[in-house]
Amino acid sequence: MTLDPSPSQTVGPFFAFGLPFDGGGDLVPPGTAGAISLHGTVRDGAGAPVPDALLEFWQAGPDGRIPSRAGSLARDGRSFTGFARVPTDRSGDYTVRTLRPGPIAHSPEAPHLAVTVFARGLLHHLFTRVYFPNHVEANAADPLLSALPEERAATLMAVPDGWFGGPGYRFDVRLQGPGETVFLDLIGGSE
Amino acid sequence: MSPAAPERRRTEQDEVTDAIRAAAAVDPQRGGHPDRAYAPYRSTGLRAPSQPLVVAPASLLEQTAPVFGAKDVRPTDADLTVHSTGEPLGERIVVTGRVLDRDGRPVRNQLVEVWQANASGRYAHDGDRHPAPLDPHFTGGGRCLTDDDGRYRFVTIKPGAYPWRNHHNAWRPAHIHFSLFGTAFTQRLVTQMYFPGDQLFHLDPIFSSVTDEKAQQRLIATYDHDTTVAEWALGYQWDIVLDGPGATPPDPDEV
Repeated sequence: MTLDPSPSQTVGPFFAFGLPFDGGGDLVPPGTAGAISLHGTVRDGAGAPVPDALLEFWQAGPDGRIPSRAGSLARDGRSFTGFARVPTDRSGDYTVRTLRPGPIAHSPEAPHLAVTVFARGLLHHLFTRVYFPNHVEANAADPLLSALPEERAATLMAVPDGWFGGPGYRFDVRLQGPGETVFLDLIGGSE
Repeated sequence: MSPAAPERRRTEQDEVTDAIRAAAAVDPQRGGHPDRAYAPYRSTGLRAPSQPLVVAPASLLEQTAPVFGAKDVRPTDADLTVHSTGEPLGERIVVTGRVLDRDGRPVRNQLVEVWQANASGRYAHDGDRHPAPLDPHFTGGGRCLTDDDGRYRFVTIKPGAYPWRNHHNAWRPAHIHFSLFGTAFTQRLVTQMYFPGDQLFHLDPIFSSVTDEKAQQRLIATYDHDTTVAEWALGYQWDIVLDGPGATPPDPDEV
């Protein structure tokens, strides 16, 4: 039996009281050893900030384990659930506080965060990934990064920058136009 | 001879309706999902990517999904009529259905989130400028977990239709926004559930962005008298099928 999927529809402009939750971007509490800030701006085809986008992040922990703990929506300050959800603000900016993911055993991909982008005007969400530049060898061997032209692969690479609370990385999302982020049609899996 | 009827002036809605028909005449969409670049919905203009998506095998990470549990939702989150000190105005309804993967297997113990306008067609959001009344007793956000059959159930108020600024005299058919997770990251879905018989469907660029009529039907709930609760609330059934391959959820003892 193969059922036809339910079609996607836009998240619209009014998700603010439905989807974001307190602490949505805080995968770890402030002051956690090794915490990083991952932040950036979502821009449209004209380069204007997108103030009504919603980003979700899913990742392994520093030990390379994929979390299977509940509690993302009611964080207890101890459990690393691997899931973050943040709306962009009026300037199109977002911030997530997290830990860098470690390599997942038997994964051909370099460590990365899986990202979903939702916005008014997007009839179907977009998938992308955040990679980190310090995994030089793993990135060079990554099946996706190595298949992309250099300037396109660069759109998936977090850029180290300063943050008052420790190391910070910038990851901007360009929905359309110059420097457009690589968005993914993810296929296969465990079938 | 009767005089010719005065010519009706062409409206902006007529132009949008023509564009909707033109878009529906081209090839069917893959999986029934809307194309991101869809001219009748004007906000897609600067937001739909111009480059084709890059086809990539889902990573081991993307073959898994976040886990949610009882601590993530309160039992009252599923009843949108009890989030205030008083009862909201409008038609109380029950909306229920199953979340399934493409093989028909239930998606168990997974998070379902909803948000919607109130009975007057107004969202509890600063950006909503529709001059319809806010309801002090209705916010319009809800959450629940699916059960072992993949079933979710919400009690809410039937949302009203509302105007928006896509074009002159544009109105959205009444709908409830749904957000769903599967057992794989690739199954993520945000969509909208509509009510049967709405006269606005074919005037609405968002509903019509799904161009295949059969796929459109999958967005519309069914009135279900067995779901209706006597002397209390009308019932609607709406099943949701998630895209992409599912994954076997991790064994919590193993990871």
